[in-house]
Amino acid sequence: MRGGRWLASPVMWVGLLFAMLLLQMDALRPVLGWAFPDVTPLIYDRASFIELFLAHLGLVVTASTAAALVGLALAVFVTRPVGSEFRTMIKTLAAIGQTFPPVAVLAITVPLIGFGAWPTVIALFVYGLLPIIDNAVAGLDGVPSNVREAALGMGMSPRQRLFAVDLPLASPAILSGIRVSVTIAIGTATIGSTVGALTLGTPIFDGLVASKLPFVIEGAVLVALFAILTDMLFARLDQRLRYRVP
Amino acid sequence: MSSQAVPAPNRPALASRIGVRDQVLFALVLAAAVAALSLGFVAVAPNRLISGQPISLWSAADGKFAAGIVIVVGLLLAVSLSPPHRAMYCIAATLASMWLLLTFAALGNAVHTLAAGRPAVARISAGTSFWVIAGCAALAVMDALQRLRAGPMLITATLAALCGGTVLLALSGSFDQLSIAREYATRHALFASALIRHITLVTGSVGPALLIGFPLGLVAARRPRLQGPLFATLNLLQTVPSIALFGLLIVPLSALAAAVPRLASIGVGGIGPAPAIIALVLYALLPIVRNTTTGISGVDPAVIDAARGMGLTPRQIFCHIEFPLALPMLFVGLRIVTVQTIGLAVVAALIGAGGLGTFVFEGLGQYALDLVLLGALPAIGLSLAADFVLHVGSTLLVRARPE
Repeated sequence: MRGGRWLASPVMWVGLLFAMLLLQMDALRPVLGWAFPDVTPLIYDRASFIELFLAHLGLVVTASTAAALVGLALAVFVTRPVGSEFRTMIKTLAAIGQTFPPVAVLAITVPLIGFGAWPTVIALFVYGLLPIIDNAVAGLDGVPSNVREAALGMGMSPRQRLFAVDLPLASPAILSGIRVSVTIAIGTATIGSTVGALTLGTPIFDGLVASKLPFVIEGAVLVALFAILTDMLFARLDQRLRYRVP
Repeated sequence: MSSQAVPAPNRPALASRIGVRDQVLFALVLAAAVAALSLGFVAVAPNRLISGQPISLWSAADGKFAAGIVIVVGLLLAVSLSPPHRAMYCIAATLASMWLLLTFAALGNAVHTLAAGRPAVARISAGTSFWVIAGCAALAVMDALQRLRAGPMLITATLAALCGGTVLLALSGSFDQLSIAREYATRHALFASALIRHITLVTGSVGPALLIGFPLGLVAARRPRLQGPLFATLNLLQTVPSIALFGLLIVPLSALAAAVPRLASIGVGGIGPAPAIIALVLYALLPIVRNTTTGISGVDPAVIDAARGMGLTPRQIFCHIEFPLALPMLFVGLRIVTVQTIGLAVVAALIGAGGLGTFVFEGLGQYALDLVLLGALPAIGLSLAADFVLHVGSTLLVRARPE
């Protein structure tokens, strides 16, 4: 029963396709050779796709984890009495910051930090904070006041109320903030190749520069599958959380 | 029952225990002071390809600018310690605006002073502490306006005054020697065409996206069963990173252009504006469709029933009831889409679509960081301007609507 449901889930098929292409891009050689008879080499060969994927994943995980922790801490801070004064400022900052194009944020980090993986991580972190703060504040505000009062009436300390009541109830909203943040991070990290970070975007840019369309296709397909797969996994996690939270 | 019936055991923060009344303003002043003391206000480089050496505000600008900033910021510090009052917020808004303009003037002065004794190829750019100080000043203006509960008119007036002051400084030649201005001077014709191309890409994608997305959203609002698959598809499209979608569109479009030479002659091809506009339209669909559906289905059924009871035709109900009531939501969708498209159009430069991204990626390729900024800063400015105009527009629209 369980196995059957697993087999029918699109997550598994997308994941399988992604893993196969990541490890065995060579399988596409006949198709690419037919479509682009006069291009050699057909398969990107300056780095293995798995190496590019791991570097890409590393950037996204580092930046998004940091953004989730800091963003959540800020959201908790501004929704407690101690930090309530900073609330409007932080919310406005998050709203204005999100109008900045992610590429522009990436581009202006370079003059400040230099080329390489670091400006990408920093840009992803800063940009990733904003949707997390936005959603977490909304989620923490959305905790019904009667639930809060009940927790207070039970004699829970502020810390207990935060960890046992507020955060669990706000978790679906917090998760959707992290989901938006990670989706943007995957896309922006792709462009990070132009500032010297190694990602799945690297074949796309090398392909565009050298007019080698097969490279562009290989990179683009992998990046697209990576993003879609991640989003699907988040959708699953979201379902579980909502199921658990009444 | 009141929603905040229980008084929380309020433990005042450290700042308020030492007498700070406006913690936000206090924190901004503190952050600016730390930045001014520890980071470079301007950076001086021997030429445009080398990153600059930081120079502090005190040693770069004329003493009277630094003194002016210190006095204004000191007064703001005093404001942050005094009891809250409307008059205080007005004073804070004025002082913070002066702070921002003084910071710009100090930058102009510093750049002129430093450029005087240096060869023409030397480049002087704004340093990290300039951005932090100016950012804190801008936030202080915003904080004061928010505490004043300023309406759109007052906000627009303040913004106009600040922009006016900056434009006056620019016209008086303050920024002429700044590296980004020098970069602009050597390619102002290119800049104008890139800016126009950028705006064309944005309007050329948002327009068609509205024409496609609005009817789709209406259909989805009328037939809720369609919403699941429709939103799943659009969400999938939005998940795909922009550069991947651009890349994937190159292949079918170049095949199409090769097969139909007529299309190629009007500019359709794998590289250029065609794949960019198609991708931008696809990205723009989700927010437009979603907001149209939410807006139309959000109209109170009782209102529609009443209208039907009055004998209005479905067409009249749509034109006079549903559409006007859904309009604020549609405006929000338009704002999200416009801002998003301005950002994504930067990336479109990578597939030869032109626009401001050309400077960004050309600059990154040549390690000419002023050129990067010449593309990135106007793109940010464009997004902020679009966001602001559409925001004020929708606020006025909601107010003008009879209840």
